[in-house]
Amino acid sequence: MAVKKFVVGCFDDEKVLFPAVKKVRKAGYKIHDVYTPFPIHGLDQAMGLRDTSLHTAGFIYGITGTTTALTFMSWVFTKDWPLNIGGKPHFPLPAFIPITFELTVLFSAVGMVLTFCYLCQLAPFVKKHHFHLRATDDLFVMAIELTGKTNEADVKAFLENAGAKEINVQEAETGWWLGRYDKEQALYQTK
Amino acid sequence: MASLRYESQVRQPLVTGAKSYHQVTEDIVRPIEMKPTRLWKIGFTISVALLLFGVYSVYREVVYGIGEWNLNKTIGWGWDITNFVWWVGIGHAGTLISAILLLFRQGWRTGVNRAAEAMTIFAVMCAGQFPIFHMGRVWMAFFVLPYPNSRGPLWVNFNSPLLWDVFAISTYFTVSLLFWYSGLIPDLATVRDRAKEKWRKHLYGVLAFGWTGSTKHWQRHEALSLVLAGLSTPLVLSVHTIVSFDFATSVIPGWHTTIFPPYFVAGAIFSGFAMVQTLLIITRKVLNLEDYITMEHIEVMNKVIVLTGSIVGIAYITELFISWYGQNPYEMAAFKNRYDLSTPYAWSYWLMMSCNVIAPQFFWFRKLRRNLLFTFFMSIIVNVGMWFERFVIIVTSIYRDYIPSSWSTYYAPTIWEVGFYLGTFGLFFTCYFLFSKYFPVIAIAEIKHILKKNGESYKDDMEKEEQSTVEHFAHEHAHAH
Repeated sequence: MAVKKFVVGCFDDEKVLFPAVKKVRKAGYKIHDVYTPFPIHGLDQAMGLRDTSLHTAGFIYGITGTTTALTFMSWVFTKDWPLNIGGKPHFPLPAFIPITFELTVLFSAVGMVLTFCYLCQLAPFVKKHHFHLRATDDLFVMAIELTGKTNEADVKAFLENAGAKEINVQEAETGWWLGRYDKEQALYQTK
Repeated sequence: MASLRYESQVRQPLVTGAKSYHQVTEDIVRPIEMKPTRLWKIGFTISVALLLFGVYSVYREVVYGIGEWNLNKTIGWGWDITNFVWWVGIGHAGTLISAILLLFRQGWRTGVNRAAEAMTIFAVMCAGQFPIFHMGRVWMAFFVLPYPNSRGPLWVNFNSPLLWDVFAISTYFTVSLLFWYSGLIPDLATVRDRAKEKWRKHLYGVLAFGWTGSTKHWQRHEALSLVLAGLSTPLVLSVHTIVSFDFATSVIPGWHTTIFPPYFVAGAIFSGFAMVQTLLIITRKVLNLEDYITMEHIEVMNKVIVLTGSIVGIAYITELFISWYGQNPYEMAAFKNRYDLSTPYAWSYWLMMSCNVIAPQFFWFRKLRRNLLFTFFMSIIVNVGMWFERFVIIVTSIYRDYIPSSWSTYYAPTIWEVGFYLGTFGLFFTCYFLFSKYFPVIAIAEIKHILKKNGESYKDDMEKEEQSTVEHFAHEHAHAH
């Protein structure tokens, strides 16, 4: 994880943010990320992010739950220990449905949440660089990476033109590490 | 965009007061950052006291056995299962508000969903205690789980509705918890980033999982919420359906009814909404959240109450009709034991009827739907009524079964059985008090998301803009001629 340099522009209205994102992309600058206090529909498309495949993962987990439940219950009642319960058949499919359904839901939900946390690198004690503390309050914060081809002053001027209220330059780790938000600390990994 | 604007003018604003994004944060996070109020401390102390009394009652039951609850050969299910079904039912409104209304794109859910989901989780926690302690030998509770055990290939009975309950309730609890917490993460990050004190930064830093508000994360978060809502919607219906199977798949007259699944689900939503009303009317007042939980919200929930109350009423009448139409003497006797005023439990049946079916009909009047005090009163009435519904179903169906020789005399609970019930109230309110003090009671991010469409100040702006567009158009039009 390398330390990179960013120009950070803060917008106070999503109406200004949208055209700004489009302009920045058209100009060929590399948007590192946009941080917003609430989900803004269409911003991901504007930024050119591809759609998430979390749904597909959820579907696969669900199917896994269904098969686990059905195979397990059939194995228990027909193979491992067939019991005569009130003369009912050993493979009472209708009676298996409730548990099968519950396990489908359980596998899918738990799997999806874990996958979500994994993909977004979210967990207790995970710390990430924050470009602006008000990004979770009322500011829409755009971080543009400075590469060899881009000029700091140019990007700043560009963002100001696009309507950013507050502009500054920050050097930051792009990754994540284990840490505490109440402490400024030496990073776990610096290379 | 134009269509949205049109819709928003027709409806009342969901957030009143001229709020900006920052003010929303301020209003909702302020109670967390303040010192606990006197009222909060008093309430919390009472809850903890109740909880401790409950713990002692449960201790007596564990030491001396089920006899401590006055349960006997005829009435094997008494207050405990009544309370179980009642508490599970309370939980359902939370999932309904958060999941079903999310799928139906109901904007008004944003004001109340967080508290309702928390209520669900605490209610299910309370519910779970009853069947577990009803086992008597609670240290054997792990027997209900299918696991490769040392007792030979001895498996649980997957045909049994009681086992379905185990799966249904634990799945319901897990999924509700995940849904609630994943929604909390962004808001906890808001609290963390505003925090001044070190301990607060640390605590919320841990709780917020390192959330930053990145666009990609929001995109995944939205996908996650939507799929979890899609999963919870059939889940919430299945849970109470399965609870009703505990009764419906048996052959006891009064229980063996195909109407039970939908009737239980409707009843659950009915009582759940009543509990949401009780809690939110207090919460909005104590935490000054009248701008977010408006009269609109309360009125909409009252409409749900009158709808589900009427469904429950139809179910009661259908039961009576079917028992007459079926001409099964045992079934008819079971219902006579409920409604006939000369029987010992008729009072509970008629209490149930008046609280659940007759009382909510007042909500047909708009004036009463929008009356806070009346709504609060009704929400308690409905909860009492729904508790008696479960009591009626359970006790009046089994206290006189097929053989008169085994008929029970009057069943009255012991102090320890009541104590257990009060103890779950203690647990519920202790959790709710802690939640309302340390977590954002309203989903901050979701409120901000609907603010520009449904906030009062933005609506005015939009109206003005609309007006000027119309004028402009008229002007142009006039010129063309």
